[in-house]
Amino acid sequence: MNADVRTMKTPAEQALSAAYSAARDTLPGKGAVASLREDAFKRFEERGLPHRRVEEWKYTDLRALMRDMAPLAGAPDAAARAKAKEAGKILAGVEMRRIVFVDGAFAPELSDLTPEPGLTVGSLADALAKGGVPALGTAFSTDDVAVALNTALMGDGAVIDVAAHARIRRPIHLVFAGTGNSSAFVRSLVTIGEGAEVTVIEDHDSGEAQVNAALELIVGDHARVEYFKLTQAKGLHVASLLARIGADAHFNSFAYTAGSPLVRNQSFIRFDGERTHAGIRGVNLLRGKDHVDTTLLIVHAKGHCVSREQFKTVLDGESHGVFQGKIVVAQHAQKTDAKMMTRALLLSEDAEADNKPELEIFADDVVCGHGATAGALDPGLKFYLMSRGISDAEAEALLIQAFIGETVEEIAHEGIREALMNAAIHWLRARAA
Amino acid sequence: MSLLEIKNLHVEIESEGKKILNGLNLTIEKGQVAAIMGPNGSGKSTLAYVLAGKPGYTVTEGDVLLDGESVLDMGADERAAKGVFLAFQYPVEVPGVATMTFLRTALNAQRKLRGEAELSTPEFMKLVRETSGSLGITQEMLRRAVNVGFSGGEKKRNEILQMAMLRPRLAVLDETDSGLDIDALKIVADGVNRLRSPERGMVVITHYQRLLNYIVPDVVHVMAKGRVVKTGGKELALELEAKGYAQYVGEAA
Repeated sequence: MNADVRTMKTPAEQALSAAYSAARDTLPGKGAVASLREDAFKRFEERGLPHRRVEEWKYTDLRALMRDMAPLAGAPDAAARAKAKEAGKILAGVEMRRIVFVDGAFAPELSDLTPEPGLTVGSLADALAKGGVPALGTAFSTDDVAVALNTALMGDGAVIDVAAHARIRRPIHLVFAGTGNSSAFVRSLVTIGEGAEVTVIEDHDSGEAQVNAALELIVGDHARVEYFKLTQAKGLHVASLLARIGADAHFNSFAYTAGSPLVRNQSFIRFDGERTHAGIRGVNLLRGKDHVDTTLLIVHAKGHCVSREQFKTVLDGESHGVFQGKIVVAQHAQKTDAKMMTRALLLSEDAEADNKPELEIFADDVVCGHGATAGALDPGLKFYLMSRGISDAEAEALLIQAFIGETVEEIAHEGIREALMNAAIHWLRARAA
Repeated sequence: MSLLEIKNLHVEIESEGKKILNGLNLTIEKGQVAAIMGPNGSGKSTLAYVLAGKPGYTVTEGDVLLDGESVLDMGADERAAKGVFLAFQYPVEVPGVATMTFLRTALNAQRKLRGEAELSTPEFMKLVRETSGSLGITQEMLRRAVNVGFSGGEKKRNEILQMAMLRPRLAVLDETDSGLDIDALKIVADGVNRLRSPERGMVVITHYQRLLNYIVPDVVHVMAKGRVVKTGGKELALELEAKGYAQYVGEAA
């Protein structure tokens, strides 16, 4: 090895630096917010985009994959706003509160802002301009560069607060619509008070736009939270969930990704109180040259929590699926019960699945396990179905549906569960056609 | 015209080139129930799979005609639509696919291939209710994933349910008696007997004579080393039970 510790900046890195320099004075927030941005930007400047020699990014070499940076999105025009009305249709028919962001900017006129007791919904840009939000940046501490870039360049996003013991009946549907070839750095902060109940859907229907999204989620004790992350992105999509969950809480997350060429979904989740139950699940549907990376860092900081991680990936064509799941059990987090399972279904000889489950356990009285499989459809099952008259394509579709169905069935909300299953079936039909 | 005609059939396992069927000839008439008996390794299950169209077998010589038409170039789904049904020796579990969904998908797929209209939901439900009741299959079983968590007997009854719903022209039952206690055997045999009809042929593959006390065959064929070596009436099964297969294994060698 030679002594050169810093390679030359790539065009994308140069563009990111230039974008920050140009925008730093106009990005929302002064004082403390500005110094938060400055610190984060320094972290990026020191390390550059993450690449394959950075362990956490080994299979998704962002430095190589991000060829260039699209210009930062400006304020959306009328055409963009009109287009945004069509976004997020995957959950059409489910009764929800729709909150829309167009090319990263909050669009109040497209959003349902009907008042509801215990619920506060606002724009991050507004909050930053008014002096900032104290909880911002506190959900989960990480030095991840994608998160740092988001902090440096965050433009807008949702700020949602659910008061203690409030029960929010309608799911909150955050629609991030992308309408052009631009970059958006969206940052959201969701704080959920003690004993509150809410469902939040982060829905990225972003077209060609490049998106770096981060959502901070702080869940109070005894709260019940369902969180969904839906991704349909034609442009580069890097998203981070930064979550801190209190004691005696129920937390379920579900990620659905389809029709997206280059996605990194990373979740940083910390169980910060005892006796919490969590299900971290997801389904990824890949074809063509799609590359979808699911990376989890699950920290059991306190004992007596139960977590179940289950991810299913269907891979066709020359697609590449990555699953990295790391469960960390802190020294005093006794009686932790964590089980992680990831399964990849390879429909083509040229598809590739990399599964990397890891356990890092410092406590001595825990039940932890992980499993990973990758394989083709079982020819015995397929023959059984075909021997009953079911066609080749239909037999495959039925078996793939069953494969992902096991995970989708875990979604408690009936409307969302059915909508996502239908979306998956639609994807399967398009594949067979 | 005979319902099924197998002429000089030679079959190898594709991956290993091992020859399993070696010039097999067999004819099944409409309305006939034929038993096929024979020792382990005589090729009985291979015959069943080749009739149903399972991939992995190569026919190197000969032909299989259903109603005078060769089925060898047809996929398993097309053969099913033409009326071939295989009751599996080991019915597979299909996690995630409810039995009801499976039955309906299969039935409508066959109807579609035959150019018939799909059954309406009430029509389908009526058919399932009528058919499942006599086989002791509960609504709860129908809601479960295909064969998942079913006992050996439940799996076999589920095979007969599918057969009764799909109403094939030619039913091949591969060791349907294996793993069944006497009560389950009676239920399965009753289910099969109800489906006997002048238009339908059945091939009952079994090791033991016991099943044939309940499903009485019109004809018994003995297979050894990949071909039919003896054909007789139902009394042949009793003779085999008494004397074993040793003489036929020797004959075919």
